[in-house]
Amino acid sequence: MKIAVCVKQVPDTWAEKKLTDADRTLDRESADGVMNELDEYAVEEALLLTEASGGEVVAVSMGPDKAEETVRKALQMGADSGIHIVDDSLHGSDAIATSLVLSKVLADKGFDLIIFGSESTDARMSVVPAMVAERLGVPQMTFANKVEVAGETLKIQRQTEYGYDEVESSTPAVVSVVEKINEPRYPSFKGIMAAKKKPIETVTVADAGVDAGQVGLAAAWSQVDQFSERPPKAAGVKIEDDGSGGVKIAEYLSEQKFI
Amino acid sequence: MEFTAEHEQFRKVVRSFIETEINPYVDQWEEDRIFPAHELFPKLAAIGAFGLEYDEEYGGQGADHSYTLVFAEELGYTTHCAGVPMAIAVQANMATPSLHRFGSHDLKMKYLKPAMEGEMVCSVAISEPDAGSDVAGIRTRAVRDGDDWVINGRKMWITNGTQADWICLLARTSDEGGFQGMSQIIVPTDTPGFSVGRKIEKMGNHSSDTAELVFEDVRVPVTNTIGEIGTGFQQQMMQFQDERLVGSYMAAMGARRALERTIEYLRMREAFGKPLLANQYLQYNLAELIAEVDMLIVYNREAARRFANGENVTREATIAKLKVGKLARQVADAVVQYHGGMGYAEENWPARYLRDVRLIAIGGGADEVMLRILSLLEGMGKK
Ligand SMILES: Cc1cc2nc3c(=O)[nH]c(=O)nc-3n(C[C@H](O)[C@H](O)[C@H](O)COP(=O)(O)OP(=O)(O)OC[C@H]3O[C@@H](n4cnc5c(N)ncnc54)[C@H](O)[C@@H]3O)c2cc1C
Ligand SMILES: Cc1cc2nc3c(=O)[nH]c(=O)nc-3n(C[C@H](O)[C@H](O)[C@H](O)COP(=O)(O)OP(=O)(O)OC[C@H]3O[C@@H](n4cnc5c(N)ncnc54)[C@H](O)[C@@H]3O)c2cc1C
Repeated sequence: MKIAVCVKQVPDTWAEKKLTDADRTLDRESADGVMNELDEYAVEEALLLTEASGGEVVAVSMGPDKAEETVRKALQMGADSGIHIVDDSLHGSDAIATSLVLSKVLADKGFDLIIFGSESTDARMSVVPAMVAERLGVPQMTFANKVEVAGETLKIQRQTEYGYDEVESSTPAVVSVVEKINEPRYPSFKGIMAAKKKPIETVTVADAGVDAGQVGLAAAWSQVDQFSERPPKAAGVKIEDDGSGGVKIAEYLSEQKFI
Repeated sequence: MEFTAEHEQFRKVVRSFIETEINPYVDQWEEDRIFPAHELFPKLAAIGAFGLEYDEEYGGQGADHSYTLVFAEELGYTTHCAGVPMAIAVQANMATPSLHRFGSHDLKMKYLKPAMEGEMVCSVAISEPDAGSDVAGIRTRAVRDGDDWVINGRKMWITNGTQADWICLLARTSDEGGFQGMSQIIVPTDTPGFSVGRKIEKMGNHSSDTAELVFEDVRVPVTNTIGEIGTGFQQQMMQFQDERLVGSYMAAMGARRALERTIEYLRMREAFGKPLLANQYLQYNLAELIAEVDMLIVYNREAARRFANGENVTREATIAKLKVGKLARQVADAVVQYHGGMGYAEENWPARYLRDVRLIAIGGGADEVMLRILSLLEGMGKK
């Protein structure tokens, strides 16, 4: 089985996220970049599948130079090789452009599965997997909390609000995973050493066969016109309990429409 | 010591491992007076934390000492207690170096490999109720009976002692006396006659279990001897180099972190209309301590480089161990002082830090023992 895993570099989950004043895009310099957390689950799932039945895992990321670290991390966890899509023209790309470039790079490479996280922690659109599936014309098997492949049949449990649906499709297919699916491994010392020697192919927009005019900030369908800092946390309401504390709390919750 | 990108990547992995797999449980383990080594060690083994310098054949990672340095520094820096790091270091760097250096192939396959894979927990037992600093004064005896050793005696203060699967034991194997005629012997703890005498309550390192061990006619094969019969003392002295270096790597970075956390606190805490940190008196005292910790971190890294080069680092290990024991006490005193009542409160980390670091100047050879070794190396005094 040949599996691609799409991994995105995002600012460290705990770091204060900022937009730059210059072009109102995400300031990727001010915080440490880490692999999007759900993408770790995607990598783990790809590794579990190939460890069980053989095959190859290719990690794919679109992002600035620094994003190579995230491809490398997938290799340290055990992926076999990487593709890093990096090009100045990609700066400020929206989900439509991201999915376009990813799908061009992923097309015709013989992948049986393309596994995604179901959502990034920075932009949180949760649309890229579906868009890539649509562009490639393959089934979209999203929000999986369990994945099974038998021959050319793919079965997933699709996480829903009330439980899960069992969904079946043919391969090749796009899968996105939720965090219930597995427990991602840490890169090990040997994994780190092995990753030094694994190949990462660098791909530009031109290599991908995409016109630079279709990507980047100028081509984005949505636009950030202005933004303001999150207001500082206001002091909470303090209720002294003089015997009527319970009533006051209930009143407060009801004012806030919690109850 | 030059750190490469791989060292930094490994450091990151170790840090996130500690933050996720250890720190959230530390309070509970401290309260329990033990941490679950058999649960934690396989996970540590999976990231390659054990046997970094050992051969891959025996469950090691085939790296060099520089990775041991990184791992120990990170354990000291990131972990919210000293007990668990000490217990990990016993397994990684205190109970196993002799076995790796001098043990037979069979012995390594049977005991080293499973320990490095996290399946077995081990201890090193030297100290006794009546002999600690004076290792040449130990009395636990192994008498040969055909192909077996028959062991009798007591060991004291043994880290991981209540949960160990095997012990790297130092025992007398002849009547020569002094530092002659000792051997290092592996004793599986399921051998009849072995028992845990008692678990010892301590003032700190609560998450690490410490036990008195009893050996009553414990019979193990002579092939369980590590290296040559009769060279146990010398082998253990070498093993102490690993122990003392690693202890210093951990504690120096622990002191660094304690100072950083104190500065953060003083920046937030206001008194007399300004943050406490605005007091130059506090700034300078902290700067002084930071300077000393820095000197030690750099010294440690140089010692590690020499050790990785195969040099004899008795002197460096002795000096590092001596200095870190004293410095950590000073740092802990300042940390508690500058936190005020918050520093004295059981619920906050400075109290634990103060208790934990007090051990450094005693365990693994007391300060005075380090001074004794250094005096001898400098041609003063007599053996
Ligand atoms: C601060 C900020 C400002 C923005 N400004 C604009 C703007 O001005 N105009 C505009 O149109 N859009 C803007 N966006 C949207 C953003 O660029 C897109 O949302 C993004 O390109 C892709 O969507 P996502 O990260 O939400 O992916 P999701 O759909 O949430 O991600 C799902 C999965 O897709 C995969 N994936 C996503 N991105 C990549 C990647 N680069 N490489 C590899 N795999 C990937 C991962 O597996 C991920 O888990 C902004 C976003 C942010 C956070
Ligand atoms: C929490 C903990 C964990 C431990 N884990 C282990 C373990 O896993 N395995 C193990 O074998 N041991 C272990 N030990 C034992 C430790 O190594 C000894 O406690 C230490 O070596 C000191 O020996 P002692 O306690 O017998 O002190 P003593 O030898 O009785 O010495 C008491 C004090 O006398 C002073 N002193 C000693 N010698 C001299 C001298 N020559 N000149 C001047 N002053 C001197 C020192 O101040 C010393 O602290 C542990 C101890 C503790 C507290």
